[in-house]
Amino acid sequence: MKQTLEAILKDHPFVKDLNPKHLHLLIGCAANIRIEQGKYLFKENQPAENFFFIRKGQIAIESFIPGKGQITIQTVDDGDILGWSWLIPPYKWHFDAKATTPVRAITLDAKCLRTKCEKDFELGYEMMKRVAYLMENRLQATRLQLLDFYGN
Amino acid sequence: MENTHINSSSKFVASQSDFQKLILILKKENYTIIAPKVKDNAIIYDEIVSAEDLPIGIKDKQEKGKYFIEKTSSGKYFDFVVGPNSLKNYFFPTEKIIFKAVKNKNGFDILEENYETKKYAFIGVRSCDLEGLKTQDKVFLNGQYKDSYYKKIRDEALIISVNCTTKADTCFCVSMNSGPACKTGFDLSLTEIKLNPSHYFIIEVGSVMGEKIISKLKLLLATEKEISAGENLIEQNKNNFIRNIETKNLKEKLFKNFESPIWDEIATRCLSCANCTMVCPTCFCSTVEDITDLKGENAKRISKWDSCFTIEHSYIHGGNIRSSVKSRYRQWLLHKFSYWVDQFDTFGCVGCGRCITWCPVGIDVTEEIKKITK
Amino acid sequence: METNNFDKILPKPFIVKKFKKETHDTFTIDLISKSSKFDFKPGQFNMLYLFGIGEVPVSISGNAQNAKTFIHTIRSVGTVTKKISKIKSGSVIGVRGPFGSHWPIEEAKGKNILIIAGGIGLAPLRPVIYNILDQRKSFNKVALLYGARSMNDILYYKELETWRAKLDFDLHVTVDRGDKNWRGEVGVVTTLIKKISMDWNNTIAFICGPEIMMRFVLEELLDLGMKENEIYISMERNMKCAVGICGHCQIGKEFVCKDGPVFKFSRMKDYFLKREL
Repeated sequence: MKQTLEAILKDHPFVKDLNPKHLHLLIGCAANIRIEQGKYLFKENQPAENFFFIRKGQIAIESFIPGKGQITIQTVDDGDILGWSWLIPPYKWHFDAKATTPVRAITLDAKCLRTKCEKDFELGYEMMKRVAYLMENRLQATRLQLLDFYGN
Repeated sequence: MENTHINSSSKFVASQSDFQKLILILKKENYTIIAPKVKDNAIIYDEIVSAEDLPIGIKDKQEKGKYFIEKTSSGKYFDFVVGPNSLKNYFFPTEKIIFKAVKNKNGFDILEENYETKKYAFIGVRSCDLEGLKTQDKVFLNGQYKDSYYKKIRDEALIISVNCTTKADTCFCVSMNSGPACKTGFDLSLTEIKLNPSHYFIIEVGSVMGEKIISKLKLLLATEKEISAGENLIEQNKNNFIRNIETKNLKEKLFKNFESPIWDEIATRCLSCANCTMVCPTCFCSTVEDITDLKGENAKRISKWDSCFTIEHSYIHGGNIRSSVKSRYRQWLLHKFSYWVDQFDTFGCVGCGRCITWCPVGIDVTEEIKKITK
Repeated sequence: METNNFDKILPKPFIVKKFKKETHDTFTIDLISKSSKFDFKPGQFNMLYLFGIGEVPVSISGNAQNAKTFIHTIRSVGTVTKKISKIKSGSVIGVRGPFGSHWPIEEAKGKNILIIAGGIGLAPLRPVIYNILDQRKSFNKVALLYGARSMNDILYYKELETWRAKLDFDLHVTVDRGDKNWRGEVGVVTTLIKKISMDWNNTIAFICGPEIMMRFVLEELLDLGMKENEIYISMERNMKCAVGICGHCQIGKEFVCKDGPVFKFSRMKDYFLKREL
């Protein structure tokens, strides 16, 4: 049975307690996508046009280091959110994102979402709050990686 | 008197010459006699051969960071309290070989150390030091591991304690319930009474070993009057202690104040010199050292006194858990007055006041505890 | 000397039967003795003695069932461990032990078990993993989350592959730094916790790794609703005697050598967040 986007999204922690009116606005910008294994969702410096709810699959966040090649900094998978650069100027991606397995995701169009946020500040505030929470978690995890605590 | 029935709470009266004879009897029994003795301007536990070696007429004066002795004409044998060493030095030596090892073609052999120990008779042990010994027993004898050296000395040691009829300003045994009278744990306990012109000792028997020794002296049982004289002196001594510690809920109160700013203040004064841990009768930290001879064929492992004040005490892969002086002072105090209670069912302090006297900057635990738990 | 002291204070000579390099700074030695009988419980440690040089506490990492050798995985970080890292098969090492508390697998019967290992922390956990797999039916879900610095720092690679292949064992491995050859997850081990679905009301957790890692892992687990008496951690401190009389290994009132190294978290919780305790 084909699930509606709303049905898939509404249980996601990112939209928990989001008022149905706002959820509806989000769905208006949403689409279902599939990405083949090995394909890039986006690359560094490309305009950040989407943000992704990963339904299934693994994505490696990479950076190209001269002399070392593509290095994976972090991986995200089922249930994770990918990307917030669409909400923060200059709206550009800072890393590459590659599907290391086949990926099914819901993508939200950034321009669509940004326009709606400018029109409805309540929606905008809700988006900011939730993205801030995501960033905080990711920053925490990254800091722990930085601590290199398995080293001496 | 052969007909006198000696039991473990008998109290005898001994004259000065009886007391001198007691020491000679101990010598005949091949005891190495350890008693207070003047050395380098302090009264320390050291070896004596006769009653004349004791600090007769010497009085001590102690305050935080201060200690001195003076000669008086009192003629008393025990008119002072405790000095910079304690019984700890004899039961838990500063250095001890744990084992020796010898290389052989298959690797090496470990050789058990057979300790040659002396049979000690300790005379002049104060109640605080007696309690200190009982506290160390909990560490070295009552755990899953029993220290064999400690046990050997302990089993053979004769303890003749002295009930304190004087005190120093740094004493706070009453707070810690460890004095001034000796309760249990002694073989014989003395109370010195000098009310001119009489000078005698009340000797209380505390064990079978004590009974055996005292029976060689043929003493008379002490009279009610003589016993009361002794008890009065001890009772009077219980008054006017300048220093005290409130021990009720102390374990919890101290730990609750783990982040108190007082610790920082103490750290501005504490030199982490470890004097307090060295003079303390209950501190038991030790470290080990493995050494070989030049050829590398013989090795030994030695245990040595250590102190939680040293920076390496808490060293672990590349860093020290307690690097700041504040954390090390706090560890020492919290261990003694808080963790010890959970570990050994008693405080790790007997109120002897040595840490107050021998701290070069005069840090007073009784003062600091009051400030921290206010 | 009393006989009970002999094992505890005097090292017994053991022979290095096998030496294996695990990673650039970690190696595993198998120690065998002709004359000594021994057995140990998962989580316990030995004091390993190098003639005339010194001793170091090392967890036992082998299978506790019918153990014929003492297996130790050691990281070369200090004087003694650096010397051991150069040892050849046939050399003699002194062993005293085993000491300390063990992973209480009996508490987990009928429950889920979550094992979280960080870096060399997998070594003290391996014996309990063997134990669990030997009696797999006694437990519900079993999961192992393992975080290492990089792919080259992963311990027991082959064994991990064997475990991964088991249908009744949930294994996730992550590294802090990815590289060209690593296809798995990259990120700190705390991020793996939310990928496990377990009934947090019926789970026992065994955790071992750097203290800072355990701190963040504990935060996650407690947030998920696990209780302090359902989580066990392995602690480490400076040790000299290993029998509770030298005073070095204390954390508050606990002696890591005899009350630990495995502790129920409720026993450590008052101390865990206190700095320089």
